[in-house]
Amino acid sequence: MASSRGPQSPRSPHPSLSLASSQPYLSVSVTDPVKMGTGVQAYISYRVITKTNMPQYQGSEKIVIRRYSDFVWLYDRLFEKYKGIFIPPLPEKSAVEKFRFSAEFIEMRRRALDVFVNRIASHQELRQSEDLRTFLQVDEEVMERIRSYETGLFKKKPADLIQIFKDVQSKVSDVVLGKEKPVEESSEDYEKLKHYIFELENHLAEAQKQAYRLVKRHRELGSSLSDFGKAVKLLGACEGDNLGKAFSELGAKSEAVSLKLQKEAHELLMNFEEPLKDYVRAVQSIKATIAERAAAFKQQCELAETIKLKEINLDKLMLTRSDRVREAELEYKELKRESEEATERFEMIVRLMNEEIERFQEQKTLDMGIAFHEFAKGQARLATAVADAWRSLLPKLEACSTT
Amino acid sequence: MMGSENHVPNDVMETLPLNNHQTPTPDPPSSPSFFFFDITVSSPQKDLDPANSLLPGTNTYVTYLITSRTNLPDFRPHEFCVRRRFRDVVTLSDRLSESYRGFFIPPRPDKSFVDSQVMRNQDFVEQRRIALEKYLRRLAAHPVISKSDELRVFLQVQGKLPLLATTDVASRMLDGAVRLPKQLLGDGPAMAPHEVVQPAKGGRDLLRLFKELKQSVANDWGSSKPPFIEEDKGFLEKKELTQDLELQLSNVSQQAEALVKAQQDIGETMGELGLAFIKLTKFENEEAVFNAQRVRAADMKTLANATVKASRFYRELNLHTMKHLDTLHEYLGLTMAIRSAFVDRSNALLTVQTLLSELSALQSRSEKLEAASSKIFGGDKARIRKIEELKETIRVTEDAKYIAIREYERIKENNRLELERFDAERRADFLNMLKGFVVNQVGYAEKITDVWGKVAEETSCYARQRTTVEKVASV
Repeated sequence: MASSRGPQSPRSPHPSLSLASSQPYLSVSVTDPVKMGTGVQAYISYRVITKTNMPQYQGSEKIVIRRYSDFVWLYDRLFEKYKGIFIPPLPEKSAVEKFRFSAEFIEMRRRALDVFVNRIASHQELRQSEDLRTFLQVDEEVMERIRSYETGLFKKKPADLIQIFKDVQSKVSDVVLGKEKPVEESSEDYEKLKHYIFELENHLAEAQKQAYRLVKRHRELGSSLSDFGKAVKLLGACEGDNLGKAFSELGAKSEAVSLKLQKEAHELLMNFEEPLKDYVRAVQSIKATIAERAAAFKQQCELAETIKLKEINLDKLMLTRSDRVREAELEYKELKRESEEATERFEMIVRLMNEEIERFQEQKTLDMGIAFHEFAKGQARLATAVADAWRSLLPKLEACSTT
Repeated sequence: MMGSENHVPNDVMETLPLNNHQTPTPDPPSSPSFFFFDITVSSPQKDLDPANSLLPGTNTYVTYLITSRTNLPDFRPHEFCVRRRFRDVVTLSDRLSESYRGFFIPPRPDKSFVDSQVMRNQDFVEQRRIALEKYLRRLAAHPVISKSDELRVFLQVQGKLPLLATTDVASRMLDGAVRLPKQLLGDGPAMAPHEVVQPAKGGRDLLRLFKELKQSVANDWGSSKPPFIEEDKGFLEKKELTQDLELQLSNVSQQAEALVKAQQDIGETMGELGLAFIKLTKFENEEAVFNAQRVRAADMKTLANATVKASRFYRELNLHTMKHLDTLHEYLGLTMAIRSAFVDRSNALLTVQTLLSELSALQSRSEKLEAASSKIFGGDKARIRKIEELKETIRVTEDAKYIAIREYERIKENNRLELERFDAERRADFLNMLKGFVVNQVGYAEKITDVWGKVAEETSCYARQRTTVEKVASV
């Protein structure tokens, strides 16, 4: 039953099975959205239920209350700590004020948050995170304290991110032409990956846009069928006799079909458009990881540069038998150590990313396969219902014309 | 009733690709028959108007080629064509509304709000051409008007249209019943009594209009009960029903337009979605590093193809829906014609009532004069002459009255026959419309079900995976 993909299983095994085999399991539910507070300060709180047998956790079950900003905190912490890993994406921060508390939006956000936490809990590395444990276990008040304290300190300033993206988008050609110093990876694989991710986002965004529009079209068609049905019924009342009855039946059927369309629009939103949106978010998260990789590379390069200069300086000092040699030697040793660390960090990021990208591709094929299947099933279901509804009218219409 | 040769039975599922050059035409009344009367309007051409050549911009006008084919015995030869300009159509329309009072005469182009709404996306000349074609076909489909001299002359006589731009006889002569005595006494050109019965028009008919207005006010306030008939209760009921029908039809017509647009939109968006996935497929295939990408690309292709197919089906369905629901627009346009016909009737009644009032006034004056003159022994030559004049006026007015009554009765009968025909045709056409609409919806829904069913099957391996997993990334 559990997927045999190896250590990177994205799915938590069933708790009962795990108890028997004492395989570590960690299963989380995000449920029960409740509106808290009033006016501008109002927000939604969620119940987060954790079931686990992992020893690092206090007890086998824990329930805490969390809000969206807590999830954001968790994401930021993981992003800081686990460079190279694609952190599962969060649902969008703000929505148009009007929809912020609509039932549909709340449900979609709840699902997305549930998926978010579970992806973390299923990830071999991420699930070990201490921050995850904090998130899943501490009290609401403690969580609030932690969140507001640490948010300021560790959040990357937008300016930095933009700068990094600028670097990421510069091309190899610039390096070759000597336009700028080579602070960018120039490997073919890296270029290819970068190009792929950026292009993929564009394509996906377009598909998601059309999917969202399609949801809207379903609703519009449903709405116009409903209005049409009402108008036809009134016409039927005016006509009277068989014809009037025929019109009334048609009007009623129109309204029935309209309901089916509204229902399917909702399914389409949840099971097709949202997965596409999720895909887009995931790609955006990867972009952020690429930025981290570029930053790490840049740091490594800069340190290498600095070391070269220090070496030259040191030799000079040694030649002149300066009394600053000692000092310079210590600095040099320190820099060497930093440089080694930077190189290690960079290489780990590269290694992790390679693993992650493979897993990502497989996961997305699965996710999309499911989404397409649901889409097709939903459309087939709708079309069948529509055909059945209209077909049931035909004998009545026949009867009208023969009498 | 006429059946057009182009009429394709609505209860046959149509899978013909739509020819964009074919304008959707209204199906004429449904009962099939041996006779056909086909009219096509084409080849708009610019011509120079010699009369207006002094003013720039006003010296060109457009003519349209009107081609007719029919096997009606009234028309020889059976195929003929003519070029006409729009002004000629107005003339035709005016002539018909005068000659065929009481009939439901299809409103001419530019007089039909419904048509102009349905066609508003075309350019002007094309709009005119389509409207003209629809109009002439409707005339050809009318059992009485199709055989009218006016129509025949319009369709067959080459060169200048030999119909008067306006008769307006009543006002060209001297305003109808009011001036009748004067004419008869030699004050102006003679006017046949039957011309009196044309409804009063604007301009020089002012006097008559005022007289009739006075009469209609009198009628409304019930101060002088016309000694003639009262309004037919049945007719008043019918009138109200027709008004109600018009209201509801207008509403449905509007919603039908919205429905058609919504069907169009969903088809288009499906198409765009399919296109987006085709691009994605191509992209993943080109950039594939992992096999998972190729698998995904294949899945996307399956989805994209189905989406594009479904999109086509939606759009095809919509073309058929538009054709069917067009019947609603047709009948809405017809309610205008009905209103006109009812107005013809009211006008005719008003004329009768006016004449009756006149008559009654003249008679009482005559009686007074006679009474007065009888008191004078030997008689007053001047007064006696006056009495004789009056009596002559009364005789002429009596004649006019009889003609007016006949005209009124004729119009009433036209109304009745037309209403019967309208009711029968409407029921048949509406039922056909409903059937056609429903059959199409069923047919295309079944096709669309097939398309998606196949995709669902081809992706069913993913469904199986999903059910074995406890916590799914709810996608």
